[in-house]
Amino acid sequence: MKYFLQRIAFYLFTAWAAITLNFFIPRMVPGDPVQSLISKFRGQMSTEAINSLYVLFGLDDNKGLWTQYVDYWKQLFQGDLGLSFTFFPSPVSEIIGDALPWTVTLVGITTVISFLIGTSLGVLAGWRRGSWTDGLLPVTTFFSSVPYFWLGIIAIYLLTGPDSFFPSSGGFDSALVPAWDQYFIPSALQHSLLPALTILISSVSGWILSMRNMMVTVSSEDYITVAHAKGLSERRVAVSYAARNALLPNISGFALSLGFIVGGTLLVEIVFSYPGLGFILLQALGAKDYPLMQGIFLVITISVLVANLLADLAYLLLDPRTRKEG
Amino acid sequence: MTIPTSSTAQVIPGQGAMATPENAKPGKKAKRQRFLFLKNKKAAVGLVVLFFYILFGIIGPWITPYDPSARSNDLLQPPSGDHWFGTTHLGQDVFSQVLDGTQSVVFVGFLAGTIATVLSVIIGITAGYLGGKADDTLSALSNVFLVIPAVPLMIIITSILDNASNLLLALIIGLTSWSWNARVLRAQTLSLRRRDYIEASRATGEKTWRIVGFELLPNLTAVIASGFIGTVIFAVLSLITLAFIGIVSNAGWNWGTILFWAQGQQALAQGAWWWFVPAGLAIAFLGTALSLINFAIDEFVSPRLRSAGKTKLKTASGGTVRMRIGFTPVLSNSAEPHTHARPLPGLTPGAATPVVREAK
Repeated sequence: MKYFLQRIAFYLFTAWAAITLNFFIPRMVPGDPVQSLISKFRGQMSTEAINSLYVLFGLDDNKGLWTQYVDYWKQLFQGDLGLSFTFFPSPVSEIIGDALPWTVTLVGITTVISFLIGTSLGVLAGWRRGSWTDGLLPVTTFFSSVPYFWLGIIAIYLLTGPDSFFPSSGGFDSALVPAWDQYFIPSALQHSLLPALTILISSVSGWILSMRNMMVTVSSEDYITVAHAKGLSERRVAVSYAARNALLPNISGFALSLGFIVGGTLLVEIVFSYPGLGFILLQALGAKDYPLMQGIFLVITISVLVANLLADLAYLLLDPRTRKEG
Repeated sequence: MTIPTSSTAQVIPGQGAMATPENAKPGKKAKRQRFLFLKNKKAAVGLVVLFFYILFGIIGPWITPYDPSARSNDLLQPPSGDHWFGTTHLGQDVFSQVLDGTQSVVFVGFLAGTIATVLSVIIGITAGYLGGKADDTLSALSNVFLVIPAVPLMIIITSILDNASNLLLALIIGLTSWSWNARVLRAQTLSLRRRDYIEASRATGEKTWRIVGFELLPNLTAVIASGFIGTVIFAVLSLITLAFIGIVSNAGWNWGTILFWAQGQQALAQGAWWWFVPAGLAIAFLGTALSLINFAIDEFVSPRLRSAGKTKLKTASGGTVRMRIGFTPVLSNSAEPHTHARPLPGLTPGAATPVVREAK
């Protein structure tokens, strides 16, 4: 329990650090970004929006840095992330709220599947070292060296077309309205297949490799030999004795890799024009939409933190040694 | 991949077991095994490929057949003798672009890798060796950097700093990607600093910088090297990512820029596969080469991870035996059970040694 509280304290600290970082990033922008934005919109901005921009970029001379920082926190707690330029005048929180479910579903489900497939293949490769499974490594290494988005481009080129089953872009059929009905869900599934496959292929190799290496290390432990000596079936030794113990590092790796996966999949969304955070981020980048960029970064960071916390919980349940510590 | 000839595993009964040491003439110093690392097939392949990338990174811009930015009248040509990788929508030569782009990719990759490695060594070893308050602070710092997603952060910083140069990009990537190595190094230092030889040098009054520099660092070489390679891979992929989104406009050609233009000009819809395939393969091969080197380092440090040679053996009676670490299979020609130790006539030398070795 003490361990768990420590972890929560750590994540709160990290969240604070990320938010503070987020507060300072727009203040690094050289020159007067607001002026250039105002000229870009040619007077279509309200005075209120301009004022909020000045506050955002820390160019509001009336207040000290500390007051600005406190105000920033107040805004955050009200769920106010500012107004977006790209989708003016919608608030950032609304745009992110629309995009988030897409990303979470796509990346979340795919990551779990990738973890499961990779780990089981890794168990196999580690246990049957020296058989054909060793050939799996170079192939998957190659695929993991390919950038996610490039694989996506190739997949679009090879697998989509006018009469192909796979759609080349979007998250659902444009003729449909998002709803939980029998038309929309199959369409959304169909649109997510190819992006999911792309992420799967390029992320599975990491799991295979780390699981294989752990399996090889564990296989030479004494308790494995004992299990063999007891005459237990091969399968039982492999799964209940070796794999069970080899799994732990992979689980903590699972948590840490989430941050990288999220970063990598943003681009898959861009390539497939999938209506998630990555796609919005691209639009925000094009329009220099700083409030939206900041909001996206904040949301991604917080989701990664939450995922990490969950992984820690799982670890706590699986490994009794961590529980004894406190 | 071969096991060093000096290894005891090589001593096989019945084959002039101690032949190797006896061959060495008295008075002549035993020759140390040099370049042992290169005998690993993965390391050799990886290093050769990497060498060519570095070579083209240096001479690439001089040997391009065309100016990578120069337009010509050959619009969107498929690969031919004139244009090996075809041309773009403006008639630019893709081969020249890929060659020219190698430089910035290699430069940013290695510079960012170096920055991150130096940072991680300083932070990781300090935290691990000093312990106490310093450890708490530095660990918290690296954990925070570890959890904050690096790629989105990089994207935002780069887009705010308009027209970042390659140098600046390397700096940004290096500063955001050191934390993983720092964590690994800290753990490794923690386990090393309680070893006898470190305690001994502390007891003899060696200065801290000397212990760290001459006792600790050499024993961390493999960890540092593999961390460096890992960061280079990450840096290359990050640079490509940033360039592909189009927020690196000013840094000359690199493979990501090529992909950015290919994507922006709908190369897919026009069937111009040659526009994005070469750049992607260049990234993939560089990444594979670096990963191979990393595997080789891992195997060098921990020989168990080597992919085993032949682990299945046919016994004379027709059954198969699978070798496993920790097991000593007993093979015999006769089907009758053997109850006492005796020489096994049918045993082929080397086949039944429990140590897993390479057949080739």
